Amino acid sequence: MEILMSILAGILFATAIYNLLQKQLLRIIIGTVLLSHGAHLFILTMGQLKTGKPPIIVEGVEQYTDPLPQALILTSIVISFGVTSLLLVLSYRASKLNESDNMEELRGSEHE
Amino acid sequence: MIYAVFAPLVVTLLIPLISKWKEKIHTGWFLLPIPFLIFLYFIQFAGENFTPKSEVYPWIPSLDISIDFYLDGLSLLFVLLISGIGTLVVLYSIYYLHKSEQLKQFYIYLFLFMFSMLGVVLSDNVFVLYTFWEFTSLSSFLLIGFWHHREGSRYGALKSMLITVFGGLSLLAGFIMLTVISGTTSIQSMIEQTDVIVDHPYFPLLFVFLVLGAFTKSAQFPFHIWLPDAMEAPTPVSAYLHSATMVKAGIFLIARFSPLLGQEPIFFAVISVVGLITLFWASFMAVRQTDLKGILAFSTVSQLGMIMAMLGFGTEAAIFAAVFHILNHATFKGSLFMIAGIVDHETGTRDIRKLGGLMTFMPMSATLAVFGVFSMAGAPLPFLNGFYSKEEFLGATVELNQYTGGFLGFLQEAIPYIAVIGSIFTFVYSMYFFFGTFRGPFKEKELDKKPHEAPVGMLISPTILVLGVILIGLFPNAVNEPFLAHSAEAVFGGDIHAHLKFWHGFETPFIMSLIIVGIGTILAVTRKKWAGVYNIFPRKGFNEVYNFVVDSIENGSKKITETYMTGSLRHYVAFILTAIFLICFSIMIISNGFAFDFSQTADITIPEILVGLVMAIAAIATIFTTSRLGAIITVGVVGYGLSILFVLYRAPDLALTQLIVETVSVALFLLCFKHLPELRKLPSHPGVKSTNSLIAICFGGLMTLIGISAHSTKLFSPISDYFLEQSVPLGGGHNVVNVILVDMRGLDTLFEITVLGIAALAIYGLIKLRHNKGAK
Repeated sequence: MEILMSILAGILFATAIYNLLQKQLLRIIIGTVLLSHGAHLFILTMGQLKTGKPPIIVEGVEQYTDPLPQALILTSIVISFGVTSLLLVLSYRASKLNESDNMEELRGSEHE
Repeated sequence: MIYAVFAPLVVTLLIPLISKWKEKIHTGWFLLPIPFLIFLYFIQFAGENFTPKSEVYPWIPSLDISIDFYLDGLSLLFVLLISGIGTLVVLYSIYYLHKSEQLKQFYIYLFLFMFSMLGVVLSDNVFVLYTFWEFTSLSSFLLIGFWHHREGSRYGALKSMLITVFGGLSLLAGFIMLTVISGTTSIQSMIEQTDVIVDHPYFPLLFVFLVLGAFTKSAQFPFHIWLPDAMEAPTPVSAYLHSATMVKAGIFLIARFSPLLGQEPIFFAVISVVGLITLFWASFMAVRQTDLKGILAFSTVSQLGMIMAMLGFGTEAAIFAAVFHILNHATFKGSLFMIAGIVDHETGTRDIRKLGGLMTFMPMSATLAVFGVFSMAGAPLPFLNGFYSKEEFLGATVELNQYTGGFLGFLQEAIPYIAVIGSIFTFVYSMYFFFGTFRGPFKEKELDKKPHEAPVGMLISPTILVLGVILIGLFPNAVNEPFLAHSAEAVFGGDIHAHLKFWHGFETPFIMSLIIVGIGTILAVTRKKWAGVYNIFPRKGFNEVYNFVVDSIENGSKKITETYMTGSLRHYVAFILTAIFLICFSIMIISNGFAFDFSQTADITIPEILVGLVMAIAAIATIFTTSRLGAIITVGVVGYGLSILFVLYRAPDLALTQLIVETVSVALFLLCFKHLPELRKLPSHPGVKSTNSLIAICFGGLMTLIGISAHSTKLFSPISDYFLEQSVPLGGGHNVVNVILVDMRGLDTLFEITVLGIAALAIYGLIKLRHNKGAK
């Protein structure tokens, strides 16, 4: 299963990057969202999947899933949410102010 | 001692406060006592029974870096120069700089320099010394560029910075090599290991690095070009940094390392030759200068060359003469700089072609200048200190006899002649400086304002220095045993006792002096006839080389930068990703890092495959969708899919968080999408499209391969067992993920919250900003 999940993570990365390389602000944001999804899946898969029960200590259970990647991902989810929302508002402001959401037009002049 | 060194730095912090009253009282008055107190503190060490003192303050013990202050004779000489001349310069600057100037900045830079220069001469730890060394370059840069509205100031500041920092880096390389070879960072311990260092195969390289640092700082040929341009600085700065103290840092360095390097033939060959070339070249160049300070700048270069050469000789007499001349040069050159400043201040020009006959207008300055220039010229008069050290120098050149035959033997024979020729030109420019300014016809029409004598306050400092010239000249032995002998011993490494007297009898050095004065007088009187000879070398010369190098570096780096700094986000992302891909991929290939091990995988179940498939399709769909709503839905599908995967993979906390975040995100997207333009297919070049796809696929593929390899390679047992075991005993919680987040890695979580807080503030600000639209 890990192999398949790695491939899925790869697909998420590929689509994220394709979106990142686009000109429209919206697509770039979508790209970052997909990128963080891909990264989370990636971290989770790098450990091993389904090696035991959920990591909640219960008497009598010996095998648990690795809690460390989960802690990392949990932090990451929250941070990427912050980043996404900031990007959204930022791009909203930028496109309102400059009346364009095309990155090629938002490049800034030669001698600023 | 540490208080004395750090006092100027502390003062810099107070300067902004006290400069508030600068309209009433010149800021300089408040600061005047500081260098004077430092001077008083250090002068009590001087005496016949002086012994080196040291103080150690640990700083970075793990790197063997500590603030070691080591006060021996050499440091004492420099410390007294720095604080003594510093006091006089501050006093002089009070009259030189008008209250309307930016006094705050000026004194901050000046005291920063004082602090760093004290650090340079007292530090025993090479890395601390290096840090102070660069600080002096930095403050020199700021002071040269003090009148930053002038093109020339900026040019001169940059030039001095580039050249001295180049030397500084080379010095750092030398220090690192010294540390690696000797295993210590203390100069005194290095000197104890002289044999180990000198016999090391890298010794020549190390030597070159050290010497480059010293030569650039002390403006030795051909790095001397920065010093004349540094004359754009206000005159107190020229008198202080660029004649008395900072430019002697290179000399200090060579003197400091003389016990280590001094016995090597390469030391004699390189240091003496460069010193003598500098002496000759700069004194020759000085004669054709038209700017008063230009003459003094080349003169300083030439005198520095002379001191450098004496250190290179390395004999007892030469070293004594060198330290003596360090002191003497500071006194007479300091006073001459101040007089040049006075002339500039009172006549409005420093161009010697416009000056002349000022003696009647400025009798005091002229009198002071007489002593200064004749001392500089080394005229054989018993009340001028310059003569003593000059004669010691000439004596030292004659006495050289360590080497026989070969290049060094020849060099030894040639040295007295070069010394005499160089000194002749020294005599010529000294006379030119004085007679061109104060005697000859008065050119009233050339001057913008009517010259008159300087205010008394301005004359105090040069008077004190000239008194120093005369007193040392009359009673040279007063500074000899209690002071100079210790300095010379610190450089030489053994006892030095010189007896200074004016009349040695009719010996070779005296005859050499007479020749210098004789030919010098003839050349000075007939100077104009020789103008063609003085202009035989191109005016620019090494400056052209410097300009060419700087220009080509600037243009070259601009061109290179412009090729990739396009301003297009797409390009940046593409460059970064391509670089990551190429580097990662090639390293994985080279280190044979790809591994495929399918033995320990989890079972494949239908629900996971279905969810994964849906996610993949949704992700791909985001590329092709052209509607905003479609994009939200597809991105949402991926997110919710991920949370289902989390559930399947036994990660309940993740699933919950992901669900909440996804929901809020979708809501946010919906809110913002309403205001954002509709998605559309922007026309793009087919080539661009295929590059994008290529980069995306390559990167995705790479991540897949890394994921599989990481899964297949288990080099260490995971550290998670620790968390699982300690969660209940240490954290008191049964949910291990929670315990990790709030207990074991609690600070990380705190910072995570901080990041969220900052993001929230930023978002709030951006939304609020809407109300004053138009104001960017």
